[in-house]
Amino acid sequence: MVAPVLLFAIGNESRGDDALGPLLLRELNAYLVESGLSGQVELLEEYQLQIEHAIDMQERELVLFIDAGMDTEAPFTFSTAKANDVPMLYSHALAPEALLKVYTQLYQEKPPAVFILCIRGERFELGEGLSPQAEEHLELALAFSKKLLMNAEVDTWNGLLN
Amino acid sequence: MSPSLETATHPENLRRVAIDPVSRVEGHGKVTILLDEDNKVHQVRLHIVEFRGFEKFIQGRPYWEVPVMVQRLCGICPVSHHLAASKALDAIVGANHLTPTAEKMRRLMHYGQILQSHALHFFHLSSPDLLFGFDSEVSKRNIVGVAEIHPDTARRGVLLRKFGQEVIRHTAGKRIHGTGAVPGGVNKSLSIAERDELLKDIYQIVSWSRDAVHLIKQMHHQNPELYNSFGAFRANFMSMVGLDGGLDLYHGHLRGRDDSGNIMFDGVDYQNYTQLIAEEVKNWSYMKFPYLKSLGPEKGWYRVGPMSRIQNCDFISTPLAEVERRDFIAYSGVMPMHAPLGYHWARMIEMLHAAEMIKDLLHDTDITGSELMASGERGSEGVGVIEAPRGTLIHHYRVDENDLVTMCNLIVSTTHNNQAMNEAVRRVAQQYLHGHEITEGLLNHIEVAVRAFDPCLSCATHALGKMPLEVEVVNDAGERLSGLSRSSDGSVCHLN
Repeated sequence: MVAPVLLFAIGNESRGDDALGPLLLRELNAYLVESGLSGQVELLEEYQLQIEHAIDMQERELVLFIDAGMDTEAPFTFSTAKANDVPMLYSHALAPEALLKVYTQLYQEKPPAVFILCIRGERFELGEGLSPQAEEHLELALAFSKKLLMNAEVDTWNGLLN
Repeated sequence: MSPSLETATHPENLRRVAIDPVSRVEGHGKVTILLDEDNKVHQVRLHIVEFRGFEKFIQGRPYWEVPVMVQRLCGICPVSHHLAASKALDAIVGANHLTPTAEKMRRLMHYGQILQSHALHFFHLSSPDLLFGFDSEVSKRNIVGVAEIHPDTARRGVLLRKFGQEVIRHTAGKRIHGTGAVPGGVNKSLSIAERDELLKDIYQIVSWSRDAVHLIKQMHHQNPELYNSFGAFRANFMSMVGLDGGLDLYHGHLRGRDDSGNIMFDGVDYQNYTQLIAEEVKNWSYMKFPYLKSLGPEKGWYRVGPMSRIQNCDFISTPLAEVERRDFIAYSGVMPMHAPLGYHWARMIEMLHAAEMIKDLLHDTDITGSELMASGERGSEGVGVIEAPRGTLIHHYRVDENDLVTMCNLIVSTTHNNQAMNEAVRRVAQQYLHGHEITEGLLNHIEVAVRAFDPCLSCATHALGKMPLEVEVVNDAGERLSGLSRSSDGSVCHLN
């Protein structure tokens, strides 16, 4: 049985504020256990988003990608993602929007509702810890994420968009 | 093989074109081209901003943490670092011979990594160029465009990737941060359920891999003028081959051939790699330039990766891939293939080999065995080498009596290919940029040459908005004459 909600964190814990996604996921895991919501939510973590992750989205009702962003408005942004034709040319990684397009092509069906929680980071070098600003942003993002999980419905999440 | 176009005679009088960074290449790269007033190319350099903090990151850590830690060096090939580190640290625990289960589990993990990495590169990163053309409409030249026009090809790419990742998950224990390989062996074997789950799909995976070889082979046969000449340059090549001379991506000894295919050295124990290879520093590049000591930096540079490996081995042990290797060699004729686009064909032969090896290993009873660890007399130094998806990967460690790492040296595949990638870019610039104004399509030709090597620039950071692409033409006073910018959302705009 596939959990209806997928939280998908992207980041590398050894690269400074790139750890924001994985660290938030860890906090949310503890929260889900405490609140008895574990069965409703699956948590996944990867360094980067790739084409095969379209498969992880199948049969979900809600998908939330959690990532660190360099130019993101502080402390975080919460937005929705739609499949589009914007080419992602830059690396071995995909953007959520391109992944949605891959999903559509793969399954020939409407993808689940996808949201992005992007937490502002400041430094991303190997071996660095979280920056003080990122620690503050993480706290605020955690409180916001708990609110999302308490009301894990598309309409509710749409009402919380930036 | 003295590099031409590396340094212009009078650069002060030339225009500078910068491509920064090279798209669909991990990390940051920049190509600078100096042109005169007639757009004639005088100097071409590929600058790669390689992160060199590896050693500091590892030093002072307990050695048993290293196989897990090094996976964080690179989000693209963490398994390669995991296995190379484990091989090097086997010497620290005196495990000169692993148990059959341990060695086969590591091999299975490695072939899973080869399969998923090669599938991603071919179907996601390169097929847009190969299927649509190097100067086709930029908005379609990506995986989404491939999915629209060739949905079955795109779908297979996704499922091949997924299968490779599942092999890694079952052998490493997790999707990422795996702990499967440890100094001296592995910490798990396959359960019967895991084995059977992978067996369900492996025959389809072998079939699709074979189709992929046929697809790229067909492209070579249909357009030999392009595929045989695009960015072609002669070079030495090096790889590890098995102890029997066959293709072996996990273990063996080092062999090198000259640009005519003659063996220059063979049977070199990689523990002695420092006697074979040195690294040159150039004042214009952050990345070092490895070369064979016996030939010196001018003549001793070499290529690594799939095209080197396929032409360096005597045979491939799996039957379908061996048929394809023979076709590749026959196509090339008496001289080795030197054209960079040959990497794609060789890469797909390796993907087929990896799929066949996975099939064979899944049928081997050792893969579900229980003897996981070996040990022996403790050592203080070890070198581990594997043939990673992009080429030869060297890990070298020294450990003190407190089990802490005191020295770490890594030579990654992309560094081995530094000079070769520069050569490819120069050839393409000579072939396609003479007398032409700079356009996105022409610049993509440069990038196609670099991408053929599948360089990974050790950047595991994935932060939204981190990778803009800018193209600038500036005069000798440093003033920008024109420019193009491609932002992380793919949009292109002219710079004022």
